[in-house]
Amino acid sequence: MMLHHDVLIVGGGLAGLRAAVGLSKKYDVAIVSKVHPIRSHSIAAQGGINASLANNPDGRDDTCEKHAFDTIKGSDYLADQHSVEIMCKEASEIVYEMEHWGCPFSRFPDGTIAQRPFGGGGYPRTCYSTDITGHVLLNTLYERAVSKRIKFYQEWYIVALVTDNGRCGGVIAFDLVRGKIIPIAAKTTLFATGGYGRVYFHSTNALINTGSGIGMAYKAQVPIKDMEFVQFHPTGLIGTNILMTEACRGEGGYLLNNKNERFMEKYAPKAMELAPRDIVSRSIQTEIEEGRSFEHALGKYIKLDLRHLGEKKILSKLPGIRKICIDFIGIDPIIEPIPIMPCQHYSMGGIDTNEKCETEMKGFYAAGECACVSVHGANRLGGNSLLETIVFGKLAGLAIDEYLTNNDVKADEKIVQDRKDEIEKKIIRLVSGSGEKPFILQTELAKTMSRNVGIFRKKEEIVEAINNIINIKERYRNVCVSSPSRHMNYELMNTIELEYMLEVAHTIAVGAHQREESRGSHYRRDFTKRDDTQWMKHTIARIGEGGGPVITSKEVTITQYQPMERIY
Amino acid sequence: MITKDTYTFKILRYDAKAPDEKPEFQLYRIKVIPGLTVLAMLIRIRDEIDGTLSFRSSCRSAVCGSCAMVINGKIDLACRTQVAFFESNTIILEPLPNMDIIKDLVVDMEPFWDMYEKVQPYLIRKTPDPGKEITQSEEERSRIDQFVNCILCASCYGACPVVSRNPEYIGPAALAKLERFILDSRDERGAGFLKTMNNEKGLWGCDTVLRCIDACPKDVRPTDAIVELRKILIKEKMKQLFDKEGR
Repeated sequence: MMLHHDVLIVGGGLAGLRAAVGLSKKYDVAIVSKVHPIRSHSIAAQGGINASLANNPDGRDDTCEKHAFDTIKGSDYLADQHSVEIMCKEASEIVYEMEHWGCPFSRFPDGTIAQRPFGGGGYPRTCYSTDITGHVLLNTLYERAVSKRIKFYQEWYIVALVTDNGRCGGVIAFDLVRGKIIPIAAKTTLFATGGYGRVYFHSTNALINTGSGIGMAYKAQVPIKDMEFVQFHPTGLIGTNILMTEACRGEGGYLLNNKNERFMEKYAPKAMELAPRDIVSRSIQTEIEEGRSFEHALGKYIKLDLRHLGEKKILSKLPGIRKICIDFIGIDPIIEPIPIMPCQHYSMGGIDTNEKCETEMKGFYAAGECACVSVHGANRLGGNSLLETIVFGKLAGLAIDEYLTNNDVKADEKIVQDRKDEIEKKIIRLVSGSGEKPFILQTELAKTMSRNVGIFRKKEEIVEAINNIINIKERYRNVCVSSPSRHMNYELMNTIELEYMLEVAHTIAVGAHQREESRGSHYRRDFTKRDDTQWMKHTIARIGEGGGPVITSKEVTITQYQPMERIY
Repeated sequence: MITKDTYTFKILRYDAKAPDEKPEFQLYRIKVIPGLTVLAMLIRIRDEIDGTLSFRSSCRSAVCGSCAMVINGKIDLACRTQVAFFESNTIILEPLPNMDIIKDLVVDMEPFWDMYEKVQPYLIRKTPDPGKEITQSEEERSRIDQFVNCILCASCYGACPVVSRNPEYIGPAALAKLERFILDSRDERGAGFLKTMNNEKGLWGCDTVLRCIDACPKDVRPTDAIVELRKILIKEKMKQLFDKEGR
């Protein structure tokens, strides 16, 4: 059996759904998702989506140029400025479109969409729906997809991207429920597969965020970009590492050390708790390392204090946060501060694309967190990831339409079929290994990354990480999946994805090793300054003959914003 | 101090691909650190003890709706249920009722999604969109608050006694979703849409025994939606009767 589609989209989160909705009228579109689309990680976004609507009385003179400036400064001047300008210009239209499609945004008294301040933004431009903005946006786009009768292959995961001679022919999918390998020939393929949070041990991300899409593209010779830029969110709950939205600070929450000091005063006297995430995370980590944190059985922590906001504001603006705190750590933030620590949160790097979501591979596109356009550069601002997913989901759709309209593309069944046979052999090998269990390798990988390629980095530690990764890759060759059964075998799925997680981790570590400067989220203790003469360039990683990444670089596009020092 | 207690997890095992083998409980003994959730333990059991165990999970923070199941007799999300919450050291896990088991704790949710689609779960507009947002007052927005919170985990569908005796009944989640749109000041589907629900498979199927409200992990009250929607139908009916008499 082989399936055929004009457009095959992998991932049912915001980027994938928006692309599908745009293309559904004209083309035969299908979405493959390893979970039901409504379970995608977009659902977990809390705080909001940025657009210079200027609805907030304190931000009446906001413009998309100001939004672009904040984003570029936040990126530590690594973002491609023309791409940022496109995103910020599209922002208002995208937010209105979501509203017209039913998104229940919170409202201001005048009936317009409510907006709140967020980290690194000079204006209150983050549109929100209490603290469940991702949830309402994903529901809205899924509802729209249902109304357009989009075809979904639910609980199917992808085993490989099929490419040949610089062209993409589709994917090899695996139907988890029926346990069948299914080749899909597609004229165009869009990856909207999300980030790689689970490559780290402490991550706010869902368990499904393995980054396997990025690793799969990389293994299929597609270049990937800026992988060393990993965002650590300042406020993950201790223990479970569940995200405590930036909106907690946007609404006025404080960060306190064990001396009861608002320590951000030392690090970002003007912006305080609303400095960009890279700066706040480093500040928290410094407080912890210098002994000014609190102790708990689950680890050292800093307090996120919301009590002064009062019950009414917490209940109306942050009800979800309160419920998470009560359910997961037995704390009511109206009465007690929340114990938090910085956790891996977002992947700035990803599949190298241009502003049209095109990759170097013909017929292959990427959008959302798995892609690196780059609009976030070395550090993403809160409220810009939801925006990126929908804007570039839409633009990917337009680029695919243009490609299919102007080219007579024929699906190449043979390369897809050949690849299927290879995958069949690979799965047989995985279920007949006699080595270690996959979770042992995955845990070791994640601990290595959190310990050695975290918020603060230095050469020796990164080298150790690279050696560990190479060692785990070697052991992976003999990994042992418990059961040869193909259907509902989650361990088999995890094992297939682990191969790609190892590649992702390898490129992060090698990128971090090469970049001898500190920029945005990438901080080297041995090279503490930004170095624009040598390093204002993107890192490009391609898989080399020996299996390791080969690194080259690419120019950053500057339009009108000249690099300056980031002071907040 | 971290102390470890040994817990026994009794998990219902069944594989629809081997229908001759009856569902039965399998026992797993595992040491638990306080503060861990049922989902965290399920992951450890699958990783460390039995790689063949099947269950759904994703966000592990009670927002994605993947891991609803029956935990010691009560429906809840495995990710938000603390192991230490129970007085006993035995935890019994079963799949959601009212749906066929695919394997172990994974059920076939197709009927649930079919019902969801029946209510046309999307904003229906007739007037052209304005250049900016369609304005909505804070009060109008707050009316739909609780129904917007639904995470489509199917806890209510699994708990509903009407669904269990009549699989054609649309169920609480779909009706709560319908109320979310009917109540939305921007939706223009009109009350006439409710005619399709004016029967035992729809709004009149509910027993109003509130099991859905008990089961909901997000404090949504589907019964409230059903009662309110019934009132609209009754009003329409009364209006028709009076109109007839008046003629």
